[in-house]
Amino acid sequence: MAEATNELLTTADGRPLKAALQAAQARAKRRAFLLVLPLLLFVLLTFLIPIGLMLKRSFEHDGFASSAPALVAWFEANPDFNPADPPEEAYAALVQDLARMQTDKTTGIAGTRINYSVPGTISLFKKGAREAGDLTPPFKESLVAVDADWAKPALWRGMASASNVYTAEFYKVASDFKLNDDGWARGEDNERIYLYLFFKTFLISAIITFLCLLLAFPVAHLLATLPMAKSSLLMIFVLLPFWTSLLVRTTSWIALLQEQGIVNDLLVGIGLIGDDGRLSMMYNMTGTIVAMTHVLLPFMILPLYSVMRVIPPSYARAARSLGATSWTTFRRVYLPQTLPGIAAGSLLVFILAVGYYITPALVGGADGQLISNLIAFHMSKSNWSLAAAIAGMLLASILLLYWLYDRLIGIDRLKFG
Amino acid sequence: MALPTYASPLERIWYYTYLVICGLVFLFLIAPILIVVPLSFNAEPYFTFTEKMLSFDPTGYSLRWYDTLLTLGHPAPETVRDSTWWSAVWERATWVQAAKNSFWVGLWATILATVLGTIAALGLSRPEMPYRRLIMALLISPMIVPIIIIAVGMSFFFAQACIAPDSAMGAVFGVFLSEKGCLANSHLGVIVAHAVLGIPFVIITVTATLTGFDQSLIRAAHSLGANPRTTFFKVIMPLILPGVISGALFAFVTSFDEVVAVLFIAGPDQQTIPRQMFNGIREAISPAILAVATILVLISVLLLVTVELLRRRSDRLRGVTGR
Repeated sequence: MAEATNELLTTADGRPLKAALQAAQARAKRRAFLLVLPLLLFVLLTFLIPIGLMLKRSFEHDGFASSAPALVAWFEANPDFNPADPPEEAYAALVQDLARMQTDKTTGIAGTRINYSVPGTISLFKKGAREAGDLTPPFKESLVAVDADWAKPALWRGMASASNVYTAEFYKVASDFKLNDDGWARGEDNERIYLYLFFKTFLISAIITFLCLLLAFPVAHLLATLPMAKSSLLMIFVLLPFWTSLLVRTTSWIALLQEQGIVNDLLVGIGLIGDDGRLSMMYNMTGTIVAMTHVLLPFMILPLYSVMRVIPPSYARAARSLGATSWTTFRRVYLPQTLPGIAAGSLLVFILAVGYYITPALVGGADGQLISNLIAFHMSKSNWSLAAAIAGMLLASILLLYWLYDRLIGIDRLKFG
Repeated sequence: MALPTYASPLERIWYYTYLVICGLVFLFLIAPILIVVPLSFNAEPYFTFTEKMLSFDPTGYSLRWYDTLLTLGHPAPETVRDSTWWSAVWERATWVQAAKNSFWVGLWATILATVLGTIAALGLSRPEMPYRRLIMALLISPMIVPIIIIAVGMSFFFAQACIAPDSAMGAVFGVFLSEKGCLANSHLGVIVAHAVLGIPFVIITVTATLTGFDQSLIRAAHSLGANPRTTFFKVIMPLILPGVISGALFAFVTSFDEVVAVLFIAGPDQQTIPRQMFNGIREAISPAILAVATILVLISVLLLVTVELLRRRSDRLRGVTGR
């Protein structure tokens, strides 16, 4: 027997067993991977590449760099110029470029690019370009005579920065930074629209998550403790909204909550409010919160239900028999066991709420808009790079939450129905 | 949870309150969906119940909004309803066109997502699959990443994804693309986008079915002389079919209900029902939307029943074979 242990184990055709096993395992791995490969390629082409392109777009904008070659060349040669007092050659290059923009009709594109960091530049560029052909040296004096803003250090900083196609400027703008005469600085408190909207989106999402949890908990508990026949019947109430078109649900909330809607009619009918005191619950933040809570509620009920269903009732009975009150039993014995479900449901609802677009767009009015709606707004105004930068920031926060979800709960636990 | 016999009066009160709360939540869930059904029969262009409707006066109800669905966009809506009138409905009516678009886009997106997703799920559920967790996370992410981000990315990419219509490639693939030869503003673009959005659902439902799948059945089939193809169609497929079908239905519903990607990447030729509804709600909201909504609710009830029956069948099958 001692000899046998030294001898190498082989397969029937004489190969070492270890190598044969490794080869077989590698083959099995390859086979499994080959099955997934077509889908991976498809997702790469239609999902990853588009998102990658969007992120690339958030770092680039050639609106100014492509339409002002003379000034771009000058900035390249003089990287350390003083923006407070650029020399005559710089102005000469600028006037030359402005004249070219006028003939190429690129004034708008170039002005828009600078306008992101230094507001008010589009009209300045248009005016400058119209006059550029008639200006005579010294260009510094003649251009400043057209508009004194041409001497602003902030503008020169903006142009120097925009002469590079690749820039992180859009992320600065999307974080409410502005370019002033001394460089980038945070905007005034009342100008911080982007971070404020991010904050508001997270706050509204948190409120919706909390409301969903509040409504879902008793229902999930009821479904989990009822006999199977009854609970599958009641489950239809949860699953039907899940299967119904989002636009249908949004439409019905408009019918229910608008000023001439059913809820207001009902309240007026029973005399709770007067006809002139109709509540405005639609086209504002209330509308967004109510409609989104309804839309996302099944995503909270289902994970809670699947956790609650497997909690053995004997624990609660044991606690009661040991003298705990019903409240203590709930707080110390039942609730801790539901925590995985609470975490799963809350994270899922929060993630979905943060990126919501349709419901706020339709029922949100002016103050019920979320960050997604701002992205759509900038897309519609052709502010592609800025929209992409805001989307990039939203994506980063979503991926963080997704990673957290995978860590805490595991994505393979995701189920429907 | 029945009330135990030792419950105190306070607990009894609390128990009934709890039942009332649950009832109210169920009402909150279901009422907004059911309310559109009676409202869609309104004889007046209002979004609420009129006096006549509340007193069940038959003149308060009408089918006029369902009629609108046929006549909107019709070249001669007032003429006699003969076969030419109906063929004009089929060819020209706005809502009918939207329904046709939605159906075809949904069908192809579902086929694409289901075929690719099922094959991938088979690979993912093999124990020797490398980087399983990472790949799973990637394939589920279209459900997690906000739709607006996907739509923005696709609108950038699809506008660049073009083949010159006069080239050799363009002659072959041109029919699937827009007039300029791009994925943007084409049916193929919308189908591809919707397929990506449906994939997570297929992956989730099919892998869930496969977790209860007894892998030794495959070895048994092999040992009895079946080749991989026979094994797949005769052994694996019948067992995972309920999961595949419910995944496909989820994918179809996702596509059928999707509006954001369509708004960003589609052109005027790809008008779908959700897009038509979205524009309708934004611009001139009319009870015709409620008529569409009622039809959609009916469809979702049918789908729900189908999926529930499939799920029960799947559980029963797995109860026989596994565990």
